[in-house]
Amino acid sequence: MTRILIAALSGGLFGAGLLVSGMTDTTKVQGWLDVFGAWDPTLAFVLGGAILPMMLAWHLTTRRERALSGESFPARPDPRLGHNLVVGSVLFGAGWGLVGLCPGPALASLSWGGTGGVTFLLAMIAGMLVAKPIRLRIDQIAAA
Amino acid sequence: MIPMDWIWGLVGGLMIGTAAAIFLLGNGRIMGASGLIGGLVDRSGWGNWPERAAFLAALVAVPALMLPLYNVPVSTNITSNLGIVIAGGLLVGIGTRLANGCTSGHGVCGISRFSLRGIVATVFYLLAGGITMVLFRHMLGVI
Repeated sequence: MTRILIAALSGGLFGAGLLVSGMTDTTKVQGWLDVFGAWDPTLAFVLGGAILPMMLAWHLTTRRERALSGESFPARPDPRLGHNLVVGSVLFGAGWGLVGLCPGPALASLSWGGTGGVTFLLAMIAGMLVAKPIRLRIDQIAAA
Repeated sequence: MIPMDWIWGLVGGLMIGTAAAIFLLGNGRIMGASGLIGGLVDRSGWGNWPERAAFLAALVAVPALMLPLYNVPVSTNITSNLGIVIAGGLLVGIGTRLANGCTSGHGVCGISRFSLRGIVATVFYLLAGGITMVLFRHMLGVI
């Protein structure tokens, strides 16, 4: 039960932060990416502001054995980068630029995003469903 | 004068980072939006679905409940071109699953622990986003 309450608290604060920061507005996100247009630096403040509490949190994980729920902390990921990290990030960035939404804000703005917002979310879910066969194909190409 | 948008960006950012810190210190987990959704979509994360569902439900509900606090209309200003919306959604879905993360997981949670994977992912999605703006806004004029 504690785990579920903590998850809800975290998700709610995440959503509130996305709304307050302006990241549910696609023009602010596209404004950040549009370096050669009317560049909007807001996103840098959002990312910078978000990284600060997390640096502290990662530091605290080194001083404690376990999380509040009793779960162990996530291990450091495999340091190898791999082609999927690069290919995936490029595809993600292209979609992010095209529409100005990433997965968090797409959900946070669902209640007022209208048909466009719902369509984006459904297309994103469809993309997640077909990602596995695409990953296998990319692995085959990379191994060849 | 610092523009108000930047200040709200910083305040909202601190809230996002605090949310991620609560998830990490409370549940021992990385707050990555694409992973939390994707694990439910492709069934790889069904083992802890109540935690994922609670996170995602609150992520949708809390901003919705906050809307009355805003005396100016809030809008996503999303493009009316449904072809672009669908293409963008598909790319975000496929890309975040291949890369195992998006702006929250790789960006916020990865960079803050100086993870090379998070930093490399962030560099590539920012570059791709910037190039997309050049191509589709400045050259083709469709976004």
